[in-house]
Amino acid sequence: MSANDQGQSGQHPLDDKTSRRAFLKGVAAGSAAFMALGCVPGAASAAGGELRLRWQEFFKKNYRLMTEEERRETVARLEKLAAVDDGLQVRIGCEPPLPRVLFGYAFNVTRCEGFMECVTACIKENNLDRRSHTQYIRIFEMEPGHLDPSAGDGRFFHEVPVENKFYMGTQCFHCENAPCTKACPTRATWKEPDGIVVVDYDWCIGCRYCQAACPYFGRRFNWAKPEVPQEEVTAQQHYLGNRLRPKGKMEKCTFCIQRTRKGRLPACVEACPTGARVFGNLLDPDSEIRYVLTHKKVYRLKEELGTEPKFWYFID
Amino acid sequence: MAAGSEKNLKTFIVDVVRCNLRGGLAYGLFCLVLLGCMGLGIYAYSFQARFGLSVTGMNDIVSWGFYISNFTFLVGVAAAAVMLILPAYVFQDENFHRVVIIGEGVAVGALVMCLTFIAVDLGGPLQAWHLIPGIGIFNFPSSILAWDVLVLNGYLLLNGLVPAYILYCHYRGREAKEKFYRPFVFLSIFWAFSIHMVTAFLYQGLPARPFWNNPLLGPRFLASAFAAGPAVITLILAVIDNFTRYAIDRSVFNKLRLIIVVSALINLLMLFSEIFKEFYFPTHHSSSAVYLFFGMDGHDALVPWIWTSIGLNLLATIVLALNPGKNNPRVLLPACAVLFVAIWMEKGIGLIVPGFLPSPLGEVVDYLPSWVELSVTLGIFALGVTVISWLIRAALIIEEQYHR
Repeated sequence: MSANDQGQSGQHPLDDKTSRRAFLKGVAAGSAAFMALGCVPGAASAAGGELRLRWQEFFKKNYRLMTEEERRETVARLEKLAAVDDGLQVRIGCEPPLPRVLFGYAFNVTRCEGFMECVTACIKENNLDRRSHTQYIRIFEMEPGHLDPSAGDGRFFHEVPVENKFYMGTQCFHCENAPCTKACPTRATWKEPDGIVVVDYDWCIGCRYCQAACPYFGRRFNWAKPEVPQEEVTAQQHYLGNRLRPKGKMEKCTFCIQRTRKGRLPACVEACPTGARVFGNLLDPDSEIRYVLTHKKVYRLKEELGTEPKFWYFID
Repeated sequence: MAAGSEKNLKTFIVDVVRCNLRGGLAYGLFCLVLLGCMGLGIYAYSFQARFGLSVTGMNDIVSWGFYISNFTFLVGVAAAAVMLILPAYVFQDENFHRVVIIGEGVAVGALVMCLTFIAVDLGGPLQAWHLIPGIGIFNFPSSILAWDVLVLNGYLLLNGLVPAYILYCHYRGREAKEKFYRPFVFLSIFWAFSIHMVTAFLYQGLPARPFWNNPLLGPRFLASAFAAGPAVITLILAVIDNFTRYAIDRSVFNKLRLIIVVSALINLLMLFSEIFKEFYFPTHHSSSAVYLFFGMDGHDALVPWIWTSIGLNLLATIVLALNPGKNNPRVLLPACAVLFVAIWMEKGIGLIVPGFLPSPLGEVVDYLPSWVELSVTLGIFALGVTVISWLIRAALIIEEQYHR
């Protein structure tokens, strides 16, 4: 049956790229998986071409193993499926890391006043689930005398800034020695050459071992299919970044990979009204981040764990 | 059963299935109840398949719950089969030889439950093939989860194939060649320890979770497993002894009691050592233990749970150790059941959930499994009981015919 479907829709523009071996492999594994769960995703409603897109999406490789050609193909398929499923016109990029770039981040504890503009911008930019109020960034209101967010209040709802309090933001720290990537049983999460720790949402199996391994609470899971109002979806996306995640997959801050790989700043840095957030290329001696690291008293969270976060706090 | 001359692999399988479909009214009712539970589990899972894991009680803070708790506990039950294999093969105990096959049946059932618990806990079960080397990527040796997949499936194969070979030989009226399967039996002894240590390392290897990041975790896993596993095997042997013609020697029960007592005492000693470390001079790293034993920030869902578990554990261990009824099964069997439940409470929920609390950013929530998790879990337990009872029934019928 599957072989017939494949044969009839042979005119599809994406056809010629599928090798016979990959197809046969697909048939074998696919029929087993579908039989086990008794369903073909969207089979009843789908036309031949659409079914074919889903089929190819289901059996694609890990992003890191794809050739540039294969990356362009999967991105084209995902754009088509976004139009079919959600009526969205999105542009998904697969920009590679820029040469001689290693991203780093610094957070000015003196300047942050807890306005949460960064949180709002991040939710919007990264198409985070509105229903479960997913946030990559957390802001903690701190009592003087503490430097660990776990001593602070992460759920304040009052006017800020409050006298004699200070504010600390957390997010994924993009560790050089990341415990999460080591834990993943399928290598669905890894550190890119520009230092960004990313997740291949389509390769992730949703076991959540990386979430247990993260000492900074940097990862978020899609417990349900994320909900974003259609008019609020950020259309400029990246395969490893802010594209809409399927349910049951891990996600996290990507330093706004869809922006930063094009030379723009992350949404949180751009949105911060007090200038507490500094982002840049650690390999560029003239960058602002390098200035902060050389001239300010910087520190990192949980340094004793040896995770080497590329996220520093500093005090003016 | 097929006649002696035409017995082959096909008739073996057909006969095994057929003997499990026959039985009295009570057996039929028993199977019906199990089938009903599995149906409920599948119905509950359909919600999870449609709406994702949001229908469970888990969240970003407590990201593993009832499923992984039961998985962790059942790995111990599976490993405990070694406590029958060891005396039978290493110490050449004839009476244990007769019951080894029952222990192996329990191990296979426990492993089937373990793997099903992992499968239902996955956010993307359709992507599980990404784990298969060759067509997927297997992050070995870096990921301990990859190790766990390997050792669990290996142990399932060992505990499935060795008894299958012996039974198949006996089914055909031949003697199984011990020379041929003995190496695999010894391999399975080491493998039993490995499945439990690797599963402990899954947690022990996470510096992010100080409650688990503790070198005692693995050894304590073993001690509690070698108490809970033989306890449940004792109960199963008692059922077989009472309701079938397959007689089990008294000495097996007495020796199992000794194994349980020694393991339970070592387990309690290690528990005491952990509690001392957490509470003599509490640090930031003790906050999970504080949450577990005393509650934190008004969240105390696990406090009655863990104290009940410790109370039952002490009670059962004392009864089994002092043996007040002088080997009276009416005293020892309930004690085994209580010990099993106590360790299930402590090594399931009592170990997994507090590992996540408070979160690395200091936040505390209470975790309660949803009806979906409870029903799916019930269904998986019913599946396990079905597997165990089918395997043991077939094994006992074949063994009885062979020895006659």
